[in-house]
Amino acid sequence: MTARLGRRGFVSGAVALPVALTAPSLSRAASAMGFDDARHLLSRTSFGGTPAEIQALEPLDFTAVVDRMLSRSRTLASAPAPGWVDEAPSFVRQQREAAARKEADGKPVNVVAQLIREQGRELRCWWVEEMLVTDQPLVEKMTLFWHNHFTSSVQKVRYVPSLYRQNVLFRREALGNFATLLKAVARDPAMLIYLDGVRNVARQPNENFARELLELFTLGEGHYSEADIKNAARAFTGWSIDRDTGQFLDRMQQHDNGEKTFLGQTGAFNGDDIIAILLRQPRTAETIVEKLWREFVSLTPDRAEIGRLAGIFRSSNYEMKPLLRAMFLSPAFRDPGNRGALIKSPVELIVGTAHLLGLPVPEKTPLVRMMAGLGQSLFDPPNVKGWPGGESWITTNTLLLRQQFLRRMIEASTVSSLDGNMAMAPNRRAERRQQVGPDQAMANMRPVEGRSLRDAGYEARLGPTLLGVDTGRLVRTLLPHKPIDAVDTTGLSAGAVVAAALLDPAYQLK
Amino acid sequence: MDRRHFLFGIGALSAVIAARPALADASSRRILVVVELKGGNDGLNTVVPYADPLYRQYRPGIGVARDRVLQLDEHVGLHDKLAPLMESWKARDFAIVQGVGYPYPNRSHFRSIEIWDTASASSQTLSEGWVSHAFDGVSLPKGAGVDAIVVDTNSLPMMGSGLRTIVMQDAENFLKQAAAMKDAGDPRDDGNPALRHLLEVRHEVNAAAAGLRSQLRDGPAPAYAYGADNGFGRELDLATRLLLARVPVIAIKVALTGFDTHANQVPTQERLLGALADGLATFRKNLIAADLWKEVVVMSYSEFGRRARQNASGGTDHGTAAPQFILGGAIKGGLHGQYPSLADLQDGDLRHTVDFRNVYSTLARGCWGRPVDFGQRPARTLDLFA
Repeated sequence: MTARLGRRGFVSGAVALPVALTAPSLSRAASAMGFDDARHLLSRTSFGGTPAEIQALEPLDFTAVVDRMLSRSRTLASAPAPGWVDEAPSFVRQQREAAARKEADGKPVNVVAQLIREQGRELRCWWVEEMLVTDQPLVEKMTLFWHNHFTSSVQKVRYVPSLYRQNVLFRREALGNFATLLKAVARDPAMLIYLDGVRNVARQPNENFARELLELFTLGEGHYSEADIKNAARAFTGWSIDRDTGQFLDRMQQHDNGEKTFLGQTGAFNGDDIIAILLRQPRTAETIVEKLWREFVSLTPDRAEIGRLAGIFRSSNYEMKPLLRAMFLSPAFRDPGNRGALIKSPVELIVGTAHLLGLPVPEKTPLVRMMAGLGQSLFDPPNVKGWPGGESWITTNTLLLRQQFLRRMIEASTVSSLDGNMAMAPNRRAERRQQVGPDQAMANMRPVEGRSLRDAGYEARLGPTLLGVDTGRLVRTLLPHKPIDAVDTTGLSAGAVVAAALLDPAYQLK
Repeated sequence: MDRRHFLFGIGALSAVIAARPALADASSRRILVVVELKGGNDGLNTVVPYADPLYRQYRPGIGVARDRVLQLDEHVGLHDKLAPLMESWKARDFAIVQGVGYPYPNRSHFRSIEIWDTASASSQTLSEGWVSHAFDGVSLPKGAGVDAIVVDTNSLPMMGSGLRTIVMQDAENFLKQAAAMKDAGDPRDDGNPALRHLLEVRHEVNAAAAGLRSQLRDGPAPAYAYGADNGFGRELDLATRLLLARVPVIAIKVALTGFDTHANQVPTQERLLGALADGLATFRKNLIAADLWKEVVVMSYSEFGRRARQNASGGTDHGTAAPQFILGGAIKGGLHGQYPSLADLQDGDLRHTVDFRNVYSTLARGCWGRPVDFGQRPARTLDLFA
């Protein structure tokens, strides 16, 4: 798809011509990456490629495509943000006071909890929409990577506009600079709430942020002492939030001006000094590279390669693009043994399936609910460590739910909402509602949650993304590995082949 | 005998065979039914310290009136919505462990339930559930292909490599979903660990479904029906069917939701306590009728109790220690442990008198013969088994 390659489309002619016939441009033809590399690159750096997207990359040089992908970087989301993202904390306080007044009238309404729930839902829908419409999926994958690294949860933060702004920061630095991001995160209002930075004052230091900064964000366990945590916490005292604007505020009078000893260095450090020291530690780059390796390459880090890539990361002053370029061009990334070696996260499975099937998604809430059911509720990681990912995505429960979701998607021609309530595990009451729910028009539309699934999932209705592609290629597009459940595709319709591939265990892999 | 009858016969037979190991050593092997009260149940209005004047002082608006307390002894009594459980109390198979909690209590729903579910210390993060941990290093008999069944959604207590745990809100739907995801013999994973994990989990689902299908098909229906107006009744109904079908599991988990009563607590908690008592009383009658009550132990728990003082909204905020209910034909009924002192609060909260990990180790020993201390040294065993 040329959109993914940008306007210049440097070999747009070659796409149409069979590779063997382009003899004069041998250099190009000789380095054509071919189907498997094209599929693999898209499955790791986007939410998965459609047949057209894979075809567009096939005749191109792998390095050139990686460079092209990294040469652009969207720093702002294209989906319109919810209307409340600029609301100040004082607005939330007003809501709370209004709620208290209502309670005094004998009508208890937890307005604040409702508001937070609704804003959380809208925020998730917004991000899912961005993932679906973006022309640069790698930026969204990296935004999600930073969300899972510098975790903050709506359950604790409760001032939802700050989580939006944190997401904007993660997108800005998705392919930007880690050092810049780390400094910004330490001042980020959502983070200051989530890890109790706002309570960290000279009189009574709170170590929560300092501990996670060392343990999770930079060095990793075993590379610092408890005294380092205490001293780092003191250095960050006073970094707080303006209660009226919700923005960062350095409360000088709350800062501990005394001397601190941190990782063997002594001085009257502030938070920026601590971050500067951390950025000089080789472990910091290794921590990030290890995590990226698990995200993009495989679940088993290669020590030598981690060291090499961490060196590149440090020598480029923590620029993300040289690091990602080196990682994508590493032999391990392209090793056929690593194809299909990672398990799709719920977000990847859900966004990727909607993208692949080309389903219109006028209503994101059902997808957001399904993500939560499968264990990945955006803006609400399970704890400060984030989603553990890898094999932990698949349990007996989530595997069945994943299959159930896929059968719904196979049946669907759109994702919309009937009554805003998608039953995760349909019980009898839910089925009854579904039977009486859809009127004639809706029944024809077949929304995802619109019908009983008793006999669902045997044949997919193919949208424009998959129509006209031969069955062998469809299977190779959908699966990174040959099908586990060998299906005799002779005589099967393309829709039935797609359905079988979506329900094959190999579809859970990327 | 036609083919259909023949197959039917085999199914019935395998169910009987599979049920044997659980029955053969019934004295040392009991099934634990865990009841999670989600949201943090207010212990002070469940087991009420009615005789303590501080109780009225802390709870002028929401305290349970003296004439609505079912007296258990001269200090405490049950909320009268729990009246259906008085039959069990009188039969001495209903134990109440008072003041259960843990040091340095955490008041976050998420963190505190994780502490309870993994039997960790407040400062410690464990990933394995406590039931699973109790079976570390033990190889369990194949049985029905499943060791623990979670009828609600939180399976953390049973998560871990030791147990084959199935989450199943609706047996019919589970079997249908599993049937749609067939095992394909012994497919190769090509040395891909992610694929191997997927195939192992899929095999687990299929093995469980195969075992459950044959057993549930012929299992009897409960003698007494559960109230259909809440999810708790439906969950207990499935738990009862699994027990009556003698599915040889170690534990079953159900849950009752909605205890997070920050505002206007009274009507909400009364409705929930009523549902809890009705459900558990019916459950007990069903198991007695099936002669299984001695083989089952019920344990309730909640992430925390609530603060001693009511708040300004006629509710209560997140607190600490609370009572646990333990029921079963093998249980020694009565009050266990000590009610936390209302005069000696810590930051406005009750101080726990019994560590929940001692309750767990008592149950692990009494139900499964497993000597586990959950990090409590020395482990203190409660006198819960008759």
